Amino acid sequence: MCDQTFMAATFGPCDSCSKPSPLMNIYIKNEATNYCSLCVEMMACQGLQKGETLESLKRESETLKKKLEEERNKLNDVELHQVAEKVEVLSALSIKTRRVLKGHGNKVLCMDWCKDKRRMVSSSQDGKVIVWDAFTLNKEHGVPLPCTWVLACAYAPLRSLCLIMNGYLGLDNKCSVIPLSLDKNENLAAKKKSVAMHTNYVSGCSFTNSDMQLLTSSGDGTCALWDVESGQLLQSFHGHTADVLSLDLAPSETGNTFVSGGCDMKANVWDMRSGQNIQSFESHESDINCVKYYPSGDAFASASDDATCRFYDLRADREVAVYQKDSIIFGASTCDFSLSGRLLFAGYNDYTINVWDVLKGTRATILFGHENRVSRVRVSPDGTALGSASWDSTLRVSWSFSTGSNYIFRFIKLLFWVNSRLVLEFTVAF
Amino acid sequence: MTINTLAKGGCHREQMACFRKMEKVIVAMQDPDMGMKMRNQRLLITVIPHAMTGHDIITWLTHKYRISEEEALHLGNMLVKYGYIYPLKEPRCLVLRPDESPYRFQTPYFWTSTRWPASELDYAIYLAKKNIRKQGELMEYEKERYSLLHKRINHTWDFVVMQAREQLRSSKQRRKADRIVLECQEQAYWLINRPPPGVNNVLDTGLERPNNFSCRVTLVSNFIIEACRKALGRNRVKSSICLEGFLKYSEQYLNHDPIMQGCLPSNPWISDDTAHWTMNAEIVPVPTRLRVERWSFSFTELLNDAMGRKEFMTYLEKEFSAENLYFWQACEDIRHGENSKIVEKVEDVYKNFLAPGAARWVNIDSKTMDKTLEGIKRPHRFVMDDAQMHIYFLMKKDSYPRYLKSDLYKNMLAKAIVPQETKKSVFPFMRRQRHSSPSPAQTATQAAEEEGLAKGAGANSAAGSHF
Repeated sequence: MCDQTFMAATFGPCDSCSKPSPLMNIYIKNEATNYCSLCVEMMACQGLQKGETLESLKRESETLKKKLEEERNKLNDVELHQVAEKVEVLSALSIKTRRVLKGHGNKVLCMDWCKDKRRMVSSSQDGKVIVWDAFTLNKEHGVPLPCTWVLACAYAPLRSLCLIMNGYLGLDNKCSVIPLSLDKNENLAAKKKSVAMHTNYVSGCSFTNSDMQLLTSSGDGTCALWDVESGQLLQSFHGHTADVLSLDLAPSETGNTFVSGGCDMKANVWDMRSGQNIQSFESHESDINCVKYYPSGDAFASASDDATCRFYDLRADREVAVYQKDSIIFGASTCDFSLSGRLLFAGYNDYTINVWDVLKGTRATILFGHENRVSRVRVSPDGTALGSASWDSTLRVSWSFSTGSNYIFRFIKLLFWVNSRLVLEFTVAF
Repeated sequence: MTINTLAKGGCHREQMACFRKMEKVIVAMQDPDMGMKMRNQRLLITVIPHAMTGHDIITWLTHKYRISEEEALHLGNMLVKYGYIYPLKEPRCLVLRPDESPYRFQTPYFWTSTRWPASELDYAIYLAKKNIRKQGELMEYEKERYSLLHKRINHTWDFVVMQAREQLRSSKQRRKADRIVLECQEQAYWLINRPPPGVNNVLDTGLERPNNFSCRVTLVSNFIIEACRKALGRNRVKSSICLEGFLKYSEQYLNHDPIMQGCLPSNPWISDDTAHWTMNAEIVPVPTRLRVERWSFSFTELLNDAMGRKEFMTYLEKEFSAENLYFWQACEDIRHGENSKIVEKVEDVYKNFLAPGAARWVNIDSKTMDKTLEGIKRPHRFVMDDAQMHIYFLMKKDSYPRYLKSDLYKNMLAKAIVPQETKKSVFPFMRRQRHSSPSPAQTATQAAEEEGLAKGAGANSAAGSHF
């Protein structure tokens, strides 16, 4: 027993024996308490009621899970692809990559769009965070950070703050906020303000509806809500039994929930006010790398290492679609919806981006171009373009050329091109 | 190398799963009935059996998975990159060529998944063999690694050299064709497990994920039982209703989705013309028609759009119920604002909206009012939630539908512009200049200044209403 190590979330006096030691956050009868390791063991053994054994507990949880599945299936009267049969088939999508942003020296791990629909921020393993104007390909700010593996970054809603995440390797499991200013020469790194602290790497972050609160997910298995101004922890969310890799805020009327996905193959929906786990979905066969809400807030999609993306309905409380194909072998690391929610863009570890028809469950198209894993895909806030970040140290912006009049334009362009080539041939010959 | 030099742990699970799947593909390719056609390949003067061309591989993949040639090429490339198929002609270049270049399947002995992680000892033996065979003519990076290994595992060096000699001796007793094949296979294995500098390391999996807390079986089981019991009591909606909801949503927003339907006047990314963005900026004199239509989709859409909110406020002022929207905005400010200002803001809200005789008294039912007044004694971030919800639904059920039927909205809709689709320039060489836009930080500071002035004037404006 003394050899067992566990992840300590906090350090302080134990709630039961009052000795200061590394504490585990656990739930006893729905209340969060902090116990030291010895007290946890004692309590766990006492937790067995008379006549219970570990076996009986396991059996009980299995039967309950089965019962839950049955309950969920009772209201399952139709499948998504059946309902979607009356929807028009998507016309052939023509999505092309036309901008490549080069400037990072190592893998780009994360990117996010700014609300002005053209700027983006990206973070990379070379320790730099760069703010780009993707439209003009200008780099506007570059912030060097003291550690590598800057795992995530996000823009604040009011556009004046940019969030950066430090992670892994030692004490740098912090989340920092940087106010973006106009002065390009100003040393932005010096204005960095540390907000969140976890005991393990911070994997994902998101501002809530304002610049003042921050939600983070971490490798220590918890998510946490922080007040940016004071750096105080407002609420913590326990329930995952392994690293939490991703989170997303719900675009709902009440704006109180968010979903998180982790290495325990579960996707959990949480209430931000109470810290309670409202719903849980466990149907993936491997780590969930990314979760993203459907634009209406009634569903969400998840991308996982088992090479599938799945679509979960929150009101029906079940998985309603699985997006997979035999030829897709590598895990999906990221996903995002188009503005109407009809398309799901998913980036995979085989360097491609697959575009799925959410309603029909088929693949609409596939994008090539990256030369290493795609670490992040994000649709721009007004839905005009798709940004993708990859381990090949570039970011790419792609968009759709799907309107009909384009074909005439491209034909004329082709004529001109052919003409110019012929002219060139002639001049070379002479 | 990387930080992942620990033994099989978290992220190796992910890699192993991929390997298993790739191996299934490889086995299917070698199936005697449905698999690939293989032939003998000539390499200089020796004949290598069981080889296939790049073109064959791509054709087989295209047929088996019903995918395009481009995708088959990509998939085949992955198989080569991970060492399941290796090229015979240019062994150092692990790329699948869609032509007649010969390839062979890697023997399972040398599959990455079989012997992972590749041990330093094996690498040392391999380099030693190569060194002896080529009489010191190794590549630069191999020479460096060789000397590094020599320093690091010096204590086993005799063993390494002996093994190398033995393996060379036994290989000399093989037929030439077999020898070449074995050398190629071994070389391919090491190209992947110890890639030369400048080449991507395909086995790099990034951050490891070692944490797993399910060792606490009793606690976890208890937790699962609790969660299941709670979930069993949940209210669920029939699938048909939920799924129809998705269809309706996607249909409703189809015209607003630039990736599906394009946008007017043109997608700025395609035409380099930022008109679309200027027309749809936060505050414009005349909004576009699509934008105004969107306000009718849901109450949240209306409130989320700054212009929509302003219009709605104007309408409410006409109806003498503007205090509802002011109250809602103030509550949002409390919910999302700084922790330190909560007490002060709650005070303000009470004074302006809830106190008897307040300037902008809101009409909430007595139960909620009592609860809120109790809560104000110990103000926290969510103390106004119930009241805010009440007012929100009041506006949504009452004022919002009436707004949509009102002249104010109908006029707005009629006035709204429908941008003309830009005639695409026939001369593609005349590229438009892409201008940079003012930094969002600038607009934010301007907004903050304006807000400061407004606050100074005493008006109760909520943050975020000016941009």
